[in-house]
Amino acid sequence: MIAAELDVPLVEARGIRKTFGALVANDVEVFELRGGEIHALLGENGAGKSTLSKILYGYYRPDAGDIIVEGKKVSIASPRDARALGIGMVFQTFTLIPAFSVFENIILFLQDLPFVIKDGVIRQRIEDFEARFGFSVNLDAIAGRLSAGEQQQVEILKQLLAGARILILDEPTKVLTPQESQGLFKSMEALRAAGYSIVFISHKLSEVLSCANRITVMRHGRIAGQLKDDEATEAGLLSLMFGTIANPEEPRGRDHRPRISRSPVLELRSVTCAAGTGGVTLWDISLKVNEGEIVGIAGISGNGQRELSDLILGLNKPLRGQKLLWGEDASKWGAAKTREHGAAFIADDPAAFSSIASLTVRENLALGTGKTYYSRVGLQWAKLDKEMKSAFARFGFPRPPFEAVAANLSGGNLQRMVLTREISRDPGLIVALYPTRGLDVQSANAVRDALIEMRNKGAALLVVSEELEELFMLSDRLAVLTEGRLIAEFEPSQYNAEMVGSWMVRAPEMLSAA
Amino acid sequence: MPHNALAIAFPIAGTKAGRAVATALIALAVFGLLLAAAGKDPFRAYLDTLAYVFGNAYGFSELLVRMVPLMLTATAVALPARIGLINVGGEGQLYMGALFATGGAIAFPEQPSFVLLPLMTLLGFAGGGLWALLPGLLRAARLVNETISTLLLNYVAPLIVSYLIFGPWRSSESAAYPESTAFSDAARLPAFFHTRIHAGLLFGIVCLALFSFFMAKSRWGLEMRAIGGNPEAARRLGIPVFRYTVAVMAIAGGVAGLAGMSEVSAIQGRLVMGLSPGYGFAGFLVAWLAGTSAWGIAFMSFLFAIIASAGDILQFTQGVPYAVINVLMAIVLFIVLGQRQSRRAPR
Repeated sequence: MIAAELDVPLVEARGIRKTFGALVANDVEVFELRGGEIHALLGENGAGKSTLSKILYGYYRPDAGDIIVEGKKVSIASPRDARALGIGMVFQTFTLIPAFSVFENIILFLQDLPFVIKDGVIRQRIEDFEARFGFSVNLDAIAGRLSAGEQQQVEILKQLLAGARILILDEPTKVLTPQESQGLFKSMEALRAAGYSIVFISHKLSEVLSCANRITVMRHGRIAGQLKDDEATEAGLLSLMFGTIANPEEPRGRDHRPRISRSPVLELRSVTCAAGTGGVTLWDISLKVNEGEIVGIAGISGNGQRELSDLILGLNKPLRGQKLLWGEDASKWGAAKTREHGAAFIADDPAAFSSIASLTVRENLALGTGKTYYSRVGLQWAKLDKEMKSAFARFGFPRPPFEAVAANLSGGNLQRMVLTREISRDPGLIVALYPTRGLDVQSANAVRDALIEMRNKGAALLVVSEELEELFMLSDRLAVLTEGRLIAEFEPSQYNAEMVGSWMVRAPEMLSAA
Repeated sequence: MPHNALAIAFPIAGTKAGRAVATALIALAVFGLLLAAAGKDPFRAYLDTLAYVFGNAYGFSELLVRMVPLMLTATAVALPARIGLINVGGEGQLYMGALFATGGAIAFPEQPSFVLLPLMTLLGFAGGGLWALLPGLLRAARLVNETISTLLLNYVAPLIVSYLIFGPWRSSESAAYPESTAFSDAARLPAFFHTRIHAGLLFGIVCLALFSFFMAKSRWGLEMRAIGGNPEAARRLGIPVFRYTVAVMAIAGGVAGLAGMSEVSAIQGRLVMGLSPGYGFAGFLVAWLAGTSAWGIAFMSFLFAIIASAGDILQFTQGVPYAVINVLMAIVLFIVLGQRQSRRAPR
């Protein structure tokens, strides 16, 4: 680590301040990135990690502050400027053109393309990069057909080929399976060894501890502390992140007694359902969720989770088979009717499917609540305010101002807003897709506690998640969803990460062979 | 932070009102150049126009008369726009409203006005509503885009009107000129102050007020704003998007139909061909420029009514055809489009 021992940091951000309306997103005294290091930026949702990195990449302009690259003060007014300085960023949502091949996507990103493109030379360079850093993407594959992990590799390759020496990865493991994450860490290490510097954004302690050389912890837009990898401990980082130590232990109120009441709330009888928004067809799904029970659905996202939720919600109708809710044939129910009967939904992407960015938090909280707050022509806003405030308090969630426009909320705040709205009306059925995705440790615990509380009160819950640990913690039963089929079911005594995980990644051809 | 050179030169141009003023000034300047190029005196033209619309009671009353259909057809655009639908069919809906209202007036010539006028109002609303219901249904069923269907139906409605006034409804009095029989006095909307200002102005004001109130205060308005903001999420929140699509289109068409009803009942007194000099299209422009806000629509209708009055007066004083005002409207449109583009374009 020769570069790291130089006195001058590679990138230095001083006095960076950025506000969005009344919200102070960043108030950073000093952030330093050194050459040849993996520098983790750790913090809970809304701590300002993404904002800081987007400022470094020229995506946002700071209200105040300086950015110094190799000792020289620079002005980064756009991502183009950042790239000219060798700074590249991979965003949480990818920017590939789905219809183009991997190769086309990469060359499209290059600045100084000649009039006639010499495919061979560029291909050779890409393949060199792939071999050196452990990437494996077929250059002729269509980008839209790649897995999230492969798309991420393409995004990184794009930046490398465009000459980036500094890579900012914004929560790169969020979309990855555990195996893919391990692969990414290996690539990151190879890049670091080759002299690249990486800013690795995450809120997962274990990842940060396993791969970072230095860790900067952010809290409420400020730098809460900076540690070298050998100084960092889980407890130390947690106290920096939250001020107090949060215990990621088993949720309170977990009740292992067998349930006595067993009347089914949701029942799917060999339902086949055409591909919906996610493009996956559900095949012959049979599933029962009883009162006072949490059924977990494990599986890698994009295997029919959204379709399953839409089927239960009534957006997609079964082509074959039958859907029963509370014992009634609900195959033809629409979303409004399903909700009115007491079903709550937590979608996989709250910004896209559960909230309206242009409306205020208050208005968003009112939507989907049925007739609860009806007045003659309007809504009883005072009553709504009161009940929602107490709901936020009940879950221990920080409460965003109700006048704020939803578009200005961080991902975590948005998720908490949706959760509060959906769970606070004591639904009889909760379909929750990745309910703790994007939440910090404390909020995630609060959500799990709330789900278990609902179960103990007699609600039926279907929880979809990628995190086995979470599913094991919550579920009374567990099924695995792969390519639109439910292929295996487990009782708590059979919970075993290796076994369930192996079903998650199993391809259907292997199933029919088995 | 200023977005363009204009905003740097005139800080007020950065505000909403400032942009509107800047738009008007630029449009007048460009149109003035055109007039000058055609050998006319633009300053004279503008002064004549101002003197005409603000200098005497008649001119001003005509301005208000022209505002009525503009306000109504603009509301008919603004309402669907709030749920993300583009209704360009105001013209056709206006014609169908006029047609239905005429049907009422012709069928019951003996009825007193307290029966006939409410009936014609309802019929006018129904006619425009039905004409927009079809595109609404097609859109809700995801069959045909509403922009296309409403646009095309604009060409169908006048044909039906012309069939009726050349055929079954043709007046026996004027054999030379195709028009329906004249309405009975009871079928005429009352006018005020010995001018042509008529009760249709109340339609316009009431519709705009209701539109504004319902969008901002009612739960239906909230649900509509939700659909407009994110239809996918709205569907998942149990908001009946299909029903809203159909109902909103029908109501919007009905409002445009009221414009047709008031034109035949208050102004023409019979169904004729050149019923509207493109009010439906101008209304689209008004709504768009106004950003679908009620105050904006009222203001823009006023502005466009001035432009339309300018067309009247310039025919006399400058000897230019009435159609030149279309040039002025087009200039306004281009400037506004240019501003939006420059605000959206990446820097």
